[in-house]
Amino acid sequence: MNVTDRLPDASGFYGIYGGRYIPEVLVPAVEELEKAFRQIMADESFRAELASLLKNYVGRPNPVTFASRLTKYCGGAKIYLKREDLNHTGSHKINNTLGQLLLAKRMGKTRIIAETGAGMHGVATATAAALLELPCIVYMGAVDVARQKANVFRMHLMGAEVRPVESGSRTLKDAMNEAIRDWCTNVTDTFYCIGSVAGPHPYPEMVRTFQAIIGREAKAQMMELAGKLPAAVFACVGGGSNAMGMFYEFIPEKSVELVGVEAAGFGIETGKHAASLGHGSVGILHGSKSYVLMDNDGQITEAHSISAGLDYPGVGPEHSYLKDCQRATYANITDTEAVDAYHKLSELEGIIPALESSHAVAHVMKVAKNYPKDAALLICLSGRGDKDAEQVEDWVKNNR
Amino acid sequence: MNRIEETFRRLQTERKAAFMPYLVAGDPDLDTTRRLIVEMEKNGADLIELGIPFSDPMADGPTNQLAAMRALKNGATLAKTLEMLSALRQETQIPIMLMGYYNPFYHYGLEKFCLDAAAAGADGLIIPDLQPDAAGEIRDFADASGLATVFLIAPTSTDERLKLVGRESRGFVYAVSLTGVTGARSALPGELTAFIERARKLISLPIAVGFGIGTPEMAQAVGKIADGVIVGSAIVKIIQHSVEAGNDPVIQVGEMVAKMAAAVKRR
Repeated sequence: MNVTDRLPDASGFYGIYGGRYIPEVLVPAVEELEKAFRQIMADESFRAELASLLKNYVGRPNPVTFASRLTKYCGGAKIYLKREDLNHTGSHKINNTLGQLLLAKRMGKTRIIAETGAGMHGVATATAAALLELPCIVYMGAVDVARQKANVFRMHLMGAEVRPVESGSRTLKDAMNEAIRDWCTNVTDTFYCIGSVAGPHPYPEMVRTFQAIIGREAKAQMMELAGKLPAAVFACVGGGSNAMGMFYEFIPEKSVELVGVEAAGFGIETGKHAASLGHGSVGILHGSKSYVLMDNDGQITEAHSISAGLDYPGVGPEHSYLKDCQRATYANITDTEAVDAYHKLSELEGIIPALESSHAVAHVMKVAKNYPKDAALLICLSGRGDKDAEQVEDWVKNNR
Repeated sequence: MNRIEETFRRLQTERKAAFMPYLVAGDPDLDTTRRLIVEMEKNGADLIELGIPFSDPMADGPTNQLAAMRALKNGATLAKTLEMLSALRQETQIPIMLMGYYNPFYHYGLEKFCLDAAAAGADGLIIPDLQPDAAGEIRDFADASGLATVFLIAPTSTDERLKLVGRESRGFVYAVSLTGVTGARSALPGELTAFIERARKLISLPIAVGFGIGTPEMAQAVGKIADGVIVGSAIVKIIQHSVEAGNDPVIQVGEMVAKMAAAVKRR
């Protein structure tokens, strides 16, 4: 496979992954969406409007920070952090929701729906909806509503309606099922704002396009700061949007190693993890073909991770492709290791990373010493960890 | 495929619509499913749509979601469902369509699945999250095994897509009556007649209508405009209530099927 090929292909496939596996009732809607997406990306006024919002509302470009104390602590290559945590709303999710909701507005859609796990994508969608004066409904598993009260409150503050989902396992995958059911029912006036590089074509490509600013900025910043490309870039992978956003610009740079970090939860050997790429099998979930966690009968199994943002049994199809053609590798990190990294980065650098991003940090802490001291390692710090403080405190109480 | 074609051909010469009840395999257990299908045939069902339970049924409303969860909780699997089907073929030759989401079939192995399903006595496949555009990989295996692939149309389908589905389907085309998910409604959508008329002009195969048909009166009305009437949630609900009350659902389901089938035949 030649990874420099332009992907996805015309049918929305990345190799054998991706595509459109959806009820017929939605097919005309995704065809309309794809057409509108191609039009706006070629439209100078759209790009200018999005760029202006990203600068003046989100606060981009966010910096790359050299983590000198973490570097010294790890005793290996120089570690740099791309600071998506400094975006308005506290994570990379806003890059995508602003893009999608601007598109929704141009398409004349009058109602926004979204799914959310921990609530970060829900908050980012509610934020963009408030800014662009669009009514917004967020589907959230009832289990997540209970454990992420602060984010539910933030969404309410910004005028969004949060609908707790009681079906299935009552977590992110069920929230996505319910959002799809709503979309089937209200497809003519409703825009479904998907939060990751998952779902039917063109969503994986569209979300990648809106997130690719992460890698584009970071590459230029590394040239300025380190005077060279990083030896490797690292990002956590749940659905995989921050990782795809970081990787995309670097895919053609063959010298740059791409490393995704999945959640190993209680440990891969326990079966309670969220490592779809590392330990799932190929299947179809939420409209695309990719690696998925499932049982012997093809039933989707529940993912397990301390980090709600990584707690998803599927992954974006392009990651499956990058894995199979070996352009990217995928490691995994347990809950315990992620919590250690959460503490360590806070202590050493005064930066509290999201539990999701802590997985990427933890992996770099393990491998930094395997690289030459003058090499540069770049981590996508996808979000800030204030939202996780209470959960980490409880976790430490119960596990130490 | 022959049993499906024969059934529609016979009913067309009688100027009658086919009645096709839906139930979920293993709800509440596979032995009950076997007995339910026999009872459905006895009470006037012309074809059976047998749902394969899936953990994430995105085109289904609450009634069918709960049915799938009951079946999975009680240990239903695709392999066990095919075993049950095989045994059932000693008792009935009614055409049976397997309705399931793509992942369990894909995970089973598409070639092996088509061979095993045909050997067990299935007549066709209805896969709500698979459109003809993306069906290449299962299509050849289904054709080779003699399984009819039935694709779906919806009120939102463009004329182009109606033609595509009509061309690619075998046996009949499944028309989703409404813009939404499965579940009994209290009235038929106002645009249904116009939708079916539009589809008729572009599709030569028989058209069976499903989703939302909750009462014998609604079934009768659909029977007047379509070649087949599919009723799911209204029947699954009876199974649910029986299970909740600790009763065997077979007699009550049979009664409902008899009413629905008679209404469809009144045309």
